Amino acid sequence: MNDLTPGEKGTKKERSGLSKWTRRGFIGAGVLAGGGLLIGIGVRPGNPIDRLAPKVAGGAGEQLINSWVKIDADNIVTAIVPHCEMGQGAHSVLGQMLADELDADWNLVRVMQAPADGSYVVNDTARMFVAPFTMNAADWIEPTWNGLFTQIARMADVMITGGSSSIRTTGQHSMRIAGAAARKMLVGAAADAWGVPASEIVTRDSMLSHEASGRSATFAEFASAAAEQPMDQTPVLKTADQYRLMGRSMARTDIPAKINGTAEFGIDAMPEGLDLSYAATIRPPVPGTSALRMDASRAREMPGVLQILNMGNFVAVVADSYWQANQAVNAIDIEWSQSDSPVKTMEDQYAVFADALDAAGADGGEEAAARGNAGEALANAASTIEAEYRVPYLAHAPMEPINCTAHYADGKCDIWTSTQVPLMARSEVAGILGLDAEDVTIHHPYLGGAFGRRLGSEYVGMAARVAQATGYPVKLIWSREEDTQKALYRNADTCRMRAGLAENGGLQAYDSVFTQRHDPAEACVPAMYSIPNTSVRVAEAPLHLPFQAWRSVDHSVQGFFIESFIDEAAHAAGADSVEYRLSLLGDSPRHKAVLEKVAEISGWREPAAEGRAKGVAIVESFGTIVAEVVEVDMSDGTPKLANVWAVCDAGYVMNPDGFRNQIEGGIVFGLTAAMYGELELRDGAIVQSNFHDYKMLRMNEVPEIEVALINSGDVPVGGAGEPGLPPAAPAFANAVFAATGRRLRTLPIAKQFA
Amino acid sequence: MASFILNGETVTVDADPAMPILWVVREKLGLNGTKFGCGIAQCGACTVHLDGQPVRSCSTSVSQAEGREITTIEGVSGEDGALTAIQQAWVSEQVPQCGYCQSGQIMSATALLRDNPAPSDDDIDEAMKGNICRCGTYTRIRRAIKVASGQIEPRAEGEVA
Repeated sequence: MNDLTPGEKGTKKERSGLSKWTRRGFIGAGVLAGGGLLIGIGVRPGNPIDRLAPKVAGGAGEQLINSWVKIDADNIVTAIVPHCEMGQGAHSVLGQMLADELDADWNLVRVMQAPADGSYVVNDTARMFVAPFTMNAADWIEPTWNGLFTQIARMADVMITGGSSSIRTTGQHSMRIAGAAARKMLVGAAADAWGVPASEIVTRDSMLSHEASGRSATFAEFASAAAEQPMDQTPVLKTADQYRLMGRSMARTDIPAKINGTAEFGIDAMPEGLDLSYAATIRPPVPGTSALRMDASRAREMPGVLQILNMGNFVAVVADSYWQANQAVNAIDIEWSQSDSPVKTMEDQYAVFADALDAAGADGGEEAAARGNAGEALANAASTIEAEYRVPYLAHAPMEPINCTAHYADGKCDIWTSTQVPLMARSEVAGILGLDAEDVTIHHPYLGGAFGRRLGSEYVGMAARVAQATGYPVKLIWSREEDTQKALYRNADTCRMRAGLAENGGLQAYDSVFTQRHDPAEACVPAMYSIPNTSVRVAEAPLHLPFQAWRSVDHSVQGFFIESFIDEAAHAAGADSVEYRLSLLGDSPRHKAVLEKVAEISGWREPAAEGRAKGVAIVESFGTIVAEVVEVDMSDGTPKLANVWAVCDAGYVMNPDGFRNQIEGGIVFGLTAAMYGELELRDGAIVQSNFHDYKMLRMNEVPEIEVALINSGDVPVGGAGEPGLPPAAPAFANAVFAATGRRLRTLPIAKQFA
Repeated sequence: MASFILNGETVTVDADPAMPILWVVREKLGLNGTKFGCGIAQCGACTVHLDGQPVRSCSTSVSQAEGREITTIEGVSGEDGALTAIQQAWVSEQVPQCGYCQSGQIMSATALLRDNPAPSDDDIDEAMKGNICRCGTYTRIRRAIKVASGQIEPRAEGEVA
């Protein structure tokens, strides 16, 4: 019985012109703006295939059945997926879900990226963030909700990939429905033609058959007729025992192109018939400043240089090649305006946090969650512990550098880029160039990683401006240094925590106060634990660097705070870290089962090997519960990562191997940040610049990883991309404590043993 | 003018001798499989072979390739596009996530297995530690190298695991 619910987050002022969108805030604005008016307008209008067909089904013999699926003359079924493919495998699994409901032969299924078009807004992703209570609405009201959120999503350009949401929103609520509806349309068409009841027609492996009359046909034969059939918005979906593809580790459809160099990423744009020029840029070293004056005399003389531009908030060189442009732009002497930020170093930033936390004191700040009376329980506790934790700013550092190709001519603009938000990018370009959105076409191929970085699209606007200013079709590329130092960041923060323990060590009171709260709102709340008195507070403080959601967002911070401090409580109680957590999970059977299982597969209760020790953490995020045990090897006095065991309960996993790959990646991402991740400031500018000083875990440093899955079923499906990350850092730090007795309350870890 | 053998074919290209091989093959020759990642030989995304040896093409000028053989990811497969044992293992172990670094990973692994048909874990660490994978597919890369070198069995095709 967990009555602990996170409070609603107030509307937050934008801290920076760059951080335009937080996953909750932006979509929420759409609801406020139009929600009341839109109720009842309703249904996603008809079946818009006539309008869409030229955009997505231009091939010979292709028949679009509904927005999400087409069938060609060779009986190839193509799932048209609205989410981008950035390594998370969503393209494949969304195709798998549609194909299963359609009863398609997986060998005859292809997946294509939906174009950046209002018809492909991800209404269910918007809906999950805004009104999760509508996600499993009764049939009679479903068309109304569906239409409402489609309208909202269109208004807010919600064609977003993020929040570990593609499978559990678009997959569950669009692709499956589209597949089942298309199947029903094919069956209806065959029933009409054959003069038999639809209920007697069987679908399997992209074939329709009617046993009594001995008739059978391919889907392709009835594709055209099916498109004329009425489309059911609430078709009956399969139950798990009827799945043929869901729940199975089908090989990913994007992998063949990713092993021979043919996969196309944004940076690979080579638009036919365009003679591209290349732009390199320098942005202000300190956020919010601009280029006052520049001396470009040296750059102007350099080979290949075509144009040099001072755009105010960036300086650009356009040249015949990127290499020439980048050398030239770095040869420009630029005088930047002064920043009025009081933060020059990280100590200054932490002092800003400390001021806010001091002002909040023992019971001030905005209440994020409360249960019982934490203040009183702390005062009356048999013993108390308190600690202050810190995390630094982090960069996303996707492997594909930030880039955008723009071609602006005759009142139209074409954009090629890697983005998580193609429709927002379209609106941004339209706004800058004064065009209608329909005159901007966004081409968005595979993303070379994103992790939240490409939720921002400032680079798209930059490319549009350079194309406009020069008249050239231009490919603009940020150097690695620019993306490390002048981008958008995971926030730093400080958290003050207190716990009150009973005589027997039981956790009676928990209080935390910190300064940053973004998404998800519940990340800061230790809701799975039965703690009778809890208070979670936010003492807002300004950030020097612009914020952007970073893989798992607040969970990446709060997971470390909460699960490290719970470990401190266990230690104070003289209890084992797993047993202590289990004692607090009495009301959370799924969490308990996950923790029990990770203790089992990690050999938690067996004696540690010489020089080694284990730490544990458990976090539920994006609908998935993940417990991890990290084993460190301290035999040479510095922490080495030996093993990680992870157990996940996502309710139901659609593609087990793809899910495991995501969890493995989340673990490495989290451990990388825990080991090395840190951005320092000097004179208000970021010190780290490239992979030599913003270090990544490499092949020789990664642990062995074992991932086990629990399908507890009967709950909404959880996400995969982010949930592996949050337990990694605290489990690592807790392991170091177990090995050394040193409690690590700041990250990163490596430098504390240097 | 620079002249070298690219994936078995002699090419002559008008390029500044100091221009890195990376930008020559991408921008001037239109081969996009070799990737820009860091520009300072720290990440390995741009790895190509120069006379069979893996080099970071972002930091190797085209003048150094004069008259020599450059092999990029496009030149790794057989003539009819047949996959090498390494590429097959990358599929069977479902290695890539975003895939951006994988050209470089495959180029490094290809050189490793040519010189060392049964690499140990330490050998794999040494040969592969210059290649960053931000998605964190390292454990799968390690497994795929062992599969490609016949040290462990591949997983089933089509449906894995």
